[in-house]
Amino acid sequence: MTDFHDKYDMTIGIECHVQLATKTKLFSPADNDARDAVPNTKTHPIDFGLPGMLPVLNREAVTLAVKAAKALNADVAEVSRFDRKHYFYPDLPNGYQITQMYHPTILEGWIDAPLEDGSSVRVRINHAHIESDAGKLTHFGGYSLVDLNRAGTPLIEIVSEADIHSPAEARAYATELYRLMTYAGVTHGDLYHGNMRFDVNLSVAPKGSSTLGTRTETKNLNSFRSVERAAEYEFYRQCELLEQGERIVQETRGWSDDTGKTTSQRSKEDAQDYRYMPDADIPPVILEHAFIEKVQATVPKLPSEYRQEWSELAVDKSVINSILADQQYAKLVSAVLADGGLTAAKRVANWIASSLTIDEAGSETMNADVADLLALCAMVDANEVSSNAATELFNDLMAGACDPRVLAEQKGLLQNSDEDAIGAIVDAVLANPASQKAVEDIKSGNDKAIGFLVGQVMKDSKGQANPAMAQKLIRDKIARS
Amino acid sequence: MAGYIDGLVQDVRSGKTTARALVEQALEKAKETESYHALLSLTAERALERADAIDQTIAGGKAPGRLAGVPFVVKDNFLAFGAPTTAASKMLEHYDAPLQATAVEKLEAEGAICIGKANLDAFAHGGSTENSAYGVTMNAHDTTKVAGGSSGGSAVVTALDVVPFALGTDTGGSIRQPASFNGVYGMKPTYGMISRYGVVAMASGTDVIGCFAKDAADIALVTDVMAGQDWRDMTTLPDFFAPQDTVPEKLRIGVVKDMMTDDVDASVRQATEAYVGRLEAAGHVVDYVDMPIVKHTLAMYYIIVPAEVSSNLARYDGVRYGLRAEGVKTLAELYGKSRSEGFVTENKRRIMIGSFVLSSGYYDAYYNQAQKARTLLIEAYNKLFESHDVLISPTAPTTAFGIGENTDDPIKMYLSDVMTVPASLAGLPALNVPAGEDTSGLPIGVQLTGPQKSDALLIALAQSMEEK
Repeated sequence: MTDFHDKYDMTIGIECHVQLATKTKLFSPADNDARDAVPNTKTHPIDFGLPGMLPVLNREAVTLAVKAAKALNADVAEVSRFDRKHYFYPDLPNGYQITQMYHPTILEGWIDAPLEDGSSVRVRINHAHIESDAGKLTHFGGYSLVDLNRAGTPLIEIVSEADIHSPAEARAYATELYRLMTYAGVTHGDLYHGNMRFDVNLSVAPKGSSTLGTRTETKNLNSFRSVERAAEYEFYRQCELLEQGERIVQETRGWSDDTGKTTSQRSKEDAQDYRYMPDADIPPVILEHAFIEKVQATVPKLPSEYRQEWSELAVDKSVINSILADQQYAKLVSAVLADGGLTAAKRVANWIASSLTIDEAGSETMNADVADLLALCAMVDANEVSSNAATELFNDLMAGACDPRVLAEQKGLLQNSDEDAIGAIVDAVLANPASQKAVEDIKSGNDKAIGFLVGQVMKDSKGQANPAMAQKLIRDKIARS
Repeated sequence: MAGYIDGLVQDVRSGKTTARALVEQALEKAKETESYHALLSLTAERALERADAIDQTIAGGKAPGRLAGVPFVVKDNFLAFGAPTTAASKMLEHYDAPLQATAVEKLEAEGAICIGKANLDAFAHGGSTENSAYGVTMNAHDTTKVAGGSSGGSAVVTALDVVPFALGTDTGGSIRQPASFNGVYGMKPTYGMISRYGVVAMASGTDVIGCFAKDAADIALVTDVMAGQDWRDMTTLPDFFAPQDTVPEKLRIGVVKDMMTDDVDASVRQATEAYVGRLEAAGHVVDYVDMPIVKHTLAMYYIIVPAEVSSNLARYDGVRYGLRAEGVKTLAELYGKSRSEGFVTENKRRIMIGSFVLSSGYYDAYYNQAQKARTLLIEAYNKLFESHDVLISPTAPTTAFGIGENTDDPIKMYLSDVMTVPASLAGLPALNVPAGEDTSGLPIGVQLTGPQKSDALLIALAQSMEEK
């Protein structure tokens, strides 16, 4: 592929649907957790759109939106309202979706998304509105079945400004949004079950052009990687069309992870007239300042606050970002920092980043007792375990084991730092005729040979000798001999 | 002063009669008056079971409730057990409700017994009950005349003494106008006073639940039982309704001049003036007030309400319940044919108007404009209520018109709502009070309208005039 980056700029805006972690649905008392449930069992007459049913707004959903506003650095509207968006589809029981077209609850905001090179991109948030999800259709040969378990699930749709200009930035934005929404407790963040879905609006224009190109919207991306890949693909696809003198069609496109391509789904000409109107069944939501403050005070530490807190750890930004991928780990590092200080926190941070598998999302989180971690750090400081052994013990602790000293004893990982005992082994090694060439090499200034001797000591001690001490004793004894 | 229903309840409680006897009597009366076609179904089996249960409660010495044994009828757009809830449409011909409307539940909790379901214009679209998919209801006083509507069946069963009270819904006059045409009381409460939960929605912003009865005290009692906040309906207000025994002296009452024009039948104007004369004689202070915005209210109404209708009827798509067309091949056909077969002409007319006024590019010109005008209407009322306690006008410009007389002319049909629509758009309480009859013996009604939450005052005022 030609590199179009010198010739074209891309402009990206992202809409993100976040499923709220409420117990019940947005307007009905039905269970909001429909994962793996038998179709149409997590429903209430309201979700079926039966005659005479009225929506009852879930207070918890509004509360979570207020929390989301804090994470998005956004103001909360004092008065927000709900509107109806009409279209006919079998997964939409009322014939309209309840959303916030005119007066959303979450107003303008911004987030800073960190990039791999250590810089960050600021993306402004246009607004975020609360709305209900539709159900699900499953198509078979000649017929389709409707499952309304998901119908009425509360969402917020976060609409960014078009401040994103590369696939890497798009991915960084999506990733940071995910962190913010999970940290704030707004969503469970189960990406596999579609808890966060991204729509990427992308257009290209010749470098330096003052007008934007025609955009396409690639819908329903459910991983950070697919956001990045879809943006990359769309950029090249659009550039190639422009190079061939063709026009970009404004349309909705779908993404396939398997083929790595976007395909046309619906052009603007087929766009529906949604006939938006205020929903008279739902009175305006009036949020008082005191309520907003009270709710937002309960929002736990956000990624930016952790970054601030860890600024003196002197670890790599990539280490920090990989820890922040999981709120549990971030909490752990901060707890270690609070109880054990910088050195311990830095050790734990490096262990987490280097030895745990951290999924983008939804990985099984492990955790350990802070006191046990501090005990392990102390053992490292006292040279009681090797760094390899420490990593192994750390993994054991995270997997549920406790008391690192007992553990190290059981596994035979404790280092021997007894000078007399190691000295005896060193003596034996030095006395071994097989060692004489190495001893001579060292005496004549070839220091490399010491590795062989340390290795022999480790072997004879069954790996338990403190290697630093062994080395020191070897040098001392050769010098004195 | 206690009304007719109070007396019945006393008789049931004292053993002078039984709930079963009252229900049997109502069912018999329903049969006798079958030819009026006021009822779409009877819920006899369930009603008799409930009657026996109430009689047993009384026999056991327990309190049977404030409406013990009193039979009633619901308009067939209330979800209620014992018979399908059809909304007088083919769409819901076989729809059995899985639950009951809050209003019905509250009445039953006080011992009232639903014996049947009354005819209406399909989905409550209309002012004559001629738009029912199951045939026309005849006026209680002249079978060649319409019952009015859309709650025509409920008004007629009340007028014919089948039951002491009946429930209706009023979106733009659907209780008051048929009450006027049949000579009974009909109350449209303040918007939000009674839960709409379990009632087939027409226009969410103006739909209210109310009742028909033969005296004002009965209206007060039934309204009192139904009123109050319901968590299932977010638009309900905390209960403010408290029946009043007396009315203040020297109420300031305004006659709305713009509802007394030459377009109004002379007999109707005369009856209204006569009622006004009696109010004055009772010591109240009456004057004539201008309300020029009245002439624009029908235009507002027939934009806002069809918009809501088009939205509220979108759920009837043949997918989950209700009529589903046979022999369709595509989804579009399923929608098109099911809705085409399930809705009557007037439903379709309103869906089309509503879809049009909400469509992109027209929303601001129609819907938004109508909402702004509605705000002006509310302001005009507020201004009048600074200097007046109650407004009075005829309820309808004419007495009941002939069956078939207006069916080809929807505009003429809509004009019969001209007096009732303003209070609906403003969310105000309004009460139809029987006020004589025209030369051919057809009933005339006057409409008392008050500020929000003045429901009890309106009923008490009407009651005080009954006694004179």
